[in-house]
This record gives sequence, structure tokens and C-alpha cells, in this order.
Amino acid sequence: MRTSRVLLWTALGLGLAVIYFPLLVVLLNSFNADTTFGFPPTRFTLEWWSRATSNEGALHALWTSVEAGLAATAIALVLGTMAAFALQRYRFFGRNPVSLLIILPIALPGIVTGIALNNAFRTILGIDLGLLTAIIAHATFCIVVVFNNVVARLRRMGGNLEEASMDLGATGFTTFRLVTFPMLRSALLAGGLLAFALSFDEIIVTTFTLGTGMETLPIWIYDNLFRPNQAPIVNVVAAVLIVVSTVPVYLAQRLSGDSASGGRL
Amino acid sequence: MTALSAFFYRKPKLRLGFLLSAPLLWLGLAYLGALAALFVTAFWHTDAFTGQVVIEWSLDNFTTLFTDAVYRTITFRTVGIAALVTVIDAVIAFPMAFAMAKLASPRAQRILVIAIMTPLWASYLVKAYAWRSMLSGNGALSRLSPGYGVTATIITLSYLWLPYMILPIYAGLDRLPDSLVDASGDLGAKSFRTFRSVILPLTFPAIVAGSIFTFSLSLGDYIAVKIVGGTSQMLGNVVYDNIGAANNLPFAATVATVPVVIMLVYLAAVRRTGALDNL
Repeated sequence: MRTSRVLLWTALGLGLAVIYFPLLVVLLNSFNADTTFGFPPTRFTLEWWSRATSNEGALHALWTSVEAGLAATAIALVLGTMAAFALQRYRFFGRNPVSLLIILPIALPGIVTGIALNNAFRTILGIDLGLLTAIIAHATFCIVVVFNNVVARLRRMGGNLEEASMDLGATGFTTFRLVTFPMLRSALLAGGLLAFALSFDEIIVTTFTLGTGMETLPIWIYDNLFRPNQAPIVNVVAAVLIVVSTVPVYLAQRLSGDSASGGRL
Repeated sequence: MTALSAFFYRKPKLRLGFLLSAPLLWLGLAYLGALAALFVTAFWHTDAFTGQVVIEWSLDNFTTLFTDAVYRTITFRTVGIAALVTVIDAVIAFPMAFAMAKLASPRAQRILVIAIMTPLWASYLVKAYAWRSMLSGNGALSRLSPGYGVTATIITLSYLWLPYMILPIYAGLDRLPDSLVDASGDLGAKSFRTFRSVILPLTFPAIVAGSIFTFSLSLGDYIAVKIVGGTSQMLGNVVYDNIGAANNLPFAATVATVPVVIMLVYLAAVRRTGALDNL
């Protein structure tokens, strides 16, 4: 038993080391004076950081990402919550296909979702790609994230308090406003944060659904990855993303709180 | 307002209908509709001169896909890479998830879950790019580096999707009562026997849930391949090139049906394990 314990801890430690090593390399390279990123770095500089803060393209792309993320999250919150109530509180014919339909956008490869929507917008509907089409695409695969969080919370909270509220004479709307919603709030926040993060990092679906000439941050990174004189700035943006992404993860984890595993995606 | 509320209260079917309407309209129309249209487009073709889509039914695209040796090789390579990535991730993730769920204190568990989730949101591209720079000639792993190619692709994809495997397995192990493991030990089972006869069967749905992500994400990837894959292509690259450079949307649609069919078969096969409730 003792040896297996040691082995398991070692596996966990090694695994975490492997997970974090590449991220540390990126952080380190954002200060690396050598533009070819030889390892280990010999000289350090803050030049890339100062150049990145005034990079128009990156800042503009960041704003597009935020807009798309917020809009997609808002849609996903509404649709995901409605679907969660329907599937968690009711038993009906076709319940399993509906739940399959909700997970399908993340269960199918992103490129399929991307090209299917691209084809639907361009060939079938004749709509030009723009920010709106990207938002529609993002919302589609974000629904499941909100859905999972809300279902987990509904399952845990049961229906007793709502029944009590109704017994005491509250209408359905009052019960929702004063009883159900407050209990759901943190699950909604956690789901919303994760949906935003998922949208923010998405590149494959975005490539196929965002209008030409527009860039989200991942697309900006991709476009500049192989340009030698932009690569150091990409490293800075990457380093910022690594550090900043800990915030939503930490918050979502605190908010979904109940079980450590609840609301992981 | 009160009357409306009371009306809804008396009609649960109507309430359900209201709750389902918007999500079903969105996913049914926007998503399933688009998937269906994609499948239809796969039977069309483009005009060789104008590049416009010609609405004319034929199986030519599918014939090309199945008879051309290049596409067959790419399909087998893609499925092979996706399967290998899934197995590698499961083997690495299980002991990690086990240590997290069964050995760590509740406080440490929270921190570890955050530690696993953080890189999940730290830009996909950044991580793929980090591997490129590490595997490069003067990178951090240059002495061990296999160079850019299939091996580098497998390493990078396994790295990218590892958290997607750890988290469901962790959740599955977290739900597995300790008493079952103890009971197995009390009845004389050695560690390995307990693992094989108690732990593995009970956490199998969680492993399958994780495999849906690792497998599907690998099947559709084309960016990691472009960054570290050298000259070897995957299905995603064929789709991407046909939509962009070649401007042959119908053929891209045809190629895209391959991962869809594979995933639908996979989902149907794993439904009975209860994996879909573990997502």
C-alpha cells in the first residue's frame, strides 16, 4: 500500500510538472532577449512587454474576443438554463435525444461545427460572415457549459424550498425571483465564466465563422505566430493569458463550490 | 402577472414546452439544420472554372474520398493518432486523478482541481506553440526531440487534451465510495486486484466520458498539426485546405462527414456505459 501511495503521488507530481513546464517556458520566453528563444535564455529584456502594450492589432483583437465572449455567454446562459430546467425537472418523451443534442456541439470536433455553420451561413442562407455569425457559433457550444452547471445545482437543491414557497402562496414568478434564482446564482456565474473562457480560447470554430478582416485574440496569435518580428509579442500576450486565465478558473471553482468536481466544463 | 403565473402552474406541459422551445429552436435549427445542410452539400460539387457551388447530386466526392489512397492514409492516420492520444491520456490521467481524489486532503483537492483547470483555459495556441519552441532545434527538449512530425503531433495533442481526461476521471473517482476499496482490501484483494475488479469497472464511464473529449478534439484538429506536425496531415487539414485555398466547400463537407460518422458511432457505442451523464 505504501509503495503504491508513493507511486501515485509521484505520478501526480510528474504530471503537474509536465503540464506546467511548457507554460513556464512561455512565461520565461516573454522576457527572453534572444528572438529565436534558445534555451536556456541567456539575456533578459522588458522590451517585448512594452511593445505589446502598444500593439494595436492585439488590443483590437482582444476587444473583439471580449465582445464575442460576452454575447455568446449571455445567449448560452438563457438557453442553457432553460434546457437545464426542462431536462432536470421533467420526464418527457424524447428527453434523451434532447440531452444528446445539447452535448453534440462539444462532442463533435470543432472543425465540423465550424464548417457546418460556415456552410449554412454562406451557401444556404447567403449571409455574410461577421461578428454576429461568430457569436451564434460560440453560443452553440457554450450552452452545454451553462447547462451542466445548472443541472448539477438543480439536482443538489431538490424542489422542497420551491414547494414551500408555493404553499405559502407565492406565485411562480415570485418563487423564481426570491427562492430559485438566488440558489442558482453562483452556478450561473460559474457556468457563465467557463462559457466565456471557452469562447475566448476558441479558434477552430471562430476561423470558419468570423468575417474576413476581423480577428479575435486567438486568431491574432495564430496570424502572428510565424512572423519572426512579432513572435516575441505573441509570447507576451501568451504569458498574460496564462496568468489572467487563473482568475476565471479560480472564481468558477469557488462559485460552483459544492462538489469539487461540479461544473468542470 | 399572477394570473399568468397560475395559468402556467396548472399546465406543466405548457411550462415544459416554453422551457424547451428556445433551446430546441436554437440547437435544432441552427445546429442540426447546419449539420444536415453540410451533409447535403457533401453531395454537390464546385464548378471547375468559376469555383461556384453547383447544386447537382452525385457521389463523386465520396468516391474520391474512399478510392484516393491519399485520403485513406490520412483517415487512418487521423483515427490512429486520436486513438493513441486517448490511450496515452487515460494512462497518464488515471493515477493523477486517483492521487487527487483518494489521497489528497479536501483542501488540497480544491487546489489541485484549480491547478489542472488553469492550463485548460490558457490558450490552446500558446500551448501548441510552446511545444513547437521546445521541440525545435535549440529548444528546451532539443536533445530528446523527435523533430516535427506524427510523434510531435501525438505528444502535443496528448498534452493539450490531458486535463479533459483528468477531470472526468477525478469526478468519477471522487464519487466512488472509499468503503468499497477498503472492503475489497479487507476481503484479501491485493492493490492490483482491487483496481481491476472494483475501481476500474466503477470508473469506466468516467474514463469513457474523458475519451469523448480527447478522441473528438484530436479527430478534428488541424492547428497543432500545422504547428508541430511537419508535413503529415490530418483530416482537419484536408477540410481546412478545401474550404480555404482550394475553395471546394462540397468536398470539405464530404471529408467532414468522416469524423461526424466516427463520433456518432462512438457516442452510440458508449451510451450504454452511462458516459454521457459523466460529461
